[in-house]
Amino acid sequence: MTQAQQAVRLAAGRSGEPRNRLWWLIVPVVVFFLVFLVYPLVRILYLSFFDPGFTLEHYARFFTQPAYFNVLLLTIKTGLLVTVLCLILGYPVAYLLANVSDSVRNLLMIFVLLPFWTSFLVRTYAWIVILQKQGIVNQILTKLGLIDAPMQLVHNSIGVTIGLTHVMLPFMILPLYSIMKGIDQDLVKSAQSLGASPLQTFLRVYFPLSLPGVASGSILVFVISIGYYVTPALLGGRKDTMISQLIAEQISGQLNWGFGSAIAVVLLVIVLAMLYLFNRIFGLDKMSFGA
Amino acid sequence: MRRSYGKMAIYGFAVLVLIFLVLPTLIVIPMSFSSARYLEFPPPGFSLRWYENFFNTPSWVDSFTYSIKVGLCAAILAAVFGVMASIVLARVKSKWVDAIYYVTMTPMIVPLVIIAVSLYSAYIQMKLQGTFIGLVIAHTVIAIPYVITTVSGSLRVFDIRIEQAAISLGAHPLKAFMKITVPIISPSLLSGALFAFITSFDELIVSIYVSGVTSKTLPVRMWEGIRIEIDPTITAISAILIMITVAFFVCMQIFQAMSRKRGLSQ
Repeated sequence: MTQAQQAVRLAAGRSGEPRNRLWWLIVPVVVFFLVFLVYPLVRILYLSFFDPGFTLEHYARFFTQPAYFNVLLLTIKTGLLVTVLCLILGYPVAYLLANVSDSVRNLLMIFVLLPFWTSFLVRTYAWIVILQKQGIVNQILTKLGLIDAPMQLVHNSIGVTIGLTHVMLPFMILPLYSIMKGIDQDLVKSAQSLGASPLQTFLRVYFPLSLPGVASGSILVFVISIGYYVTPALLGGRKDTMISQLIAEQISGQLNWGFGSAIAVVLLVIVLAMLYLFNRIFGLDKMSFGA
Repeated sequence: MRRSYGKMAIYGFAVLVLIFLVLPTLIVIPMSFSSARYLEFPPPGFSLRWYENFFNTPSWVDSFTYSIKVGLCAAILAAVFGVMASIVLARVKSKWVDAIYYVTMTPMIVPLVIIAVSLYSAYIQMKLQGTFIGLVIAHTVIAIPYVITTVSGSLRVFDIRIEQAAISLGAHPLKAFMKITVPIISPSLLSGALFAFITSFDELIVSIYVSGVTSKTLPVRMWEGIRIEIDPTITAISAILIMITVAFFVCMQIFQAMSRKRGLSQ
């Protein structure tokens, strides 16, 4: 190599130019995603309008027939219920995680991350085992004399709510915790030294400061739970069909491509709208999955 | 005094929630050693019959090895694609690159049932329906975001001057990257690949649509097993999966600790 060549390389290195020469490295991923993600999604969008010729019938059918529209309402209702439950259960856990020493936190974090890592199919299956008629919950309640006969806890909305709440909890705890960790403890102390009661301090100082975490955790849980398939399909009954099951059933069961695609597009629009909102408020880079 | 009572109540409640988080999963382990033919708790006696049943049933073992094969291929593909993309995402600043970043993150956001039916529809057209390669591609799409988030994160904090020094001393940029940068970011690369593997190994709904009738992944086989009858063999598989998860979890913690040591993650 000549000195001149070396000088050129050095100069290039300093100005950061070789970084930009690397742009082609992204081409394979872009092509890959265009073919195997964007194209299939566009195809679904197309099918929802053109099956067979141009028609709005599929959308009209979904929004006007109560049997289908009620599935959407039930899905949103379940999503909201699960979000509220996750918030009630998750907030104290995040608070605990944010206020203990590092070593205790690392230990407790395992409790949050382990289920997050465990196969969701295994977790859902575990709930069937626990909640079934001869399951542990019914056994305990019967032995305590609280109930005479075993209660129906799976294959209905109770099962779906319990299972979904369990699956979604880490998605609430992790964003809440990351916001709470950043709350300046001096603000809490100064509120108290100025005479605020613990409850007042919490309601007027701590809680408002934790609101970004509440909002981001809630949006995350809501968005994921309305699109969730496995838990409602396994723990729910016939009456508890959620929108994701409806899509699956229309497409693979009834071979109703146009109608199934239209429902998928409706779900996608709801999810994207929620995420747009999220992005406007916090920025999508704030969305961490505990990785 | 009131304050500490209030705090104790909150902490107590939090501990109960933490137990609620792990207990249901862990209960599967004692159940898997049960001698009962039906799911009974507490188990009436100890036996390994469900484990034996798992290892002696070809359809279970086949789906297990199939899942591992698919997972390994998807993890390798996702790691290669993910690292290539991460270099650009972390180092090139432009509006286009930001837009591409959002596109690569969509599989994390779009409900999997939508990805499943859309790939199903495209695969029928592309003649990839029911093929091994089709399944691997589908899992790669879902796994790439996990590789990109971990790898681009550590590339962003990586001191690029080390790599530039090698280039200025005459190393080819690719060689400098492979010999200098890759070893330094390897812990996050490994944890990204591990994440990709687990994502593929756990994935159900896309696999239901995309995989064929003959070769089924373990989650698909379990899904069918759970829907048809409550076969206690599934408790044994679940227990095995939980143990694998714990092992992976420990590896992941080690990789992340290594990454932290190198100042490449928070």
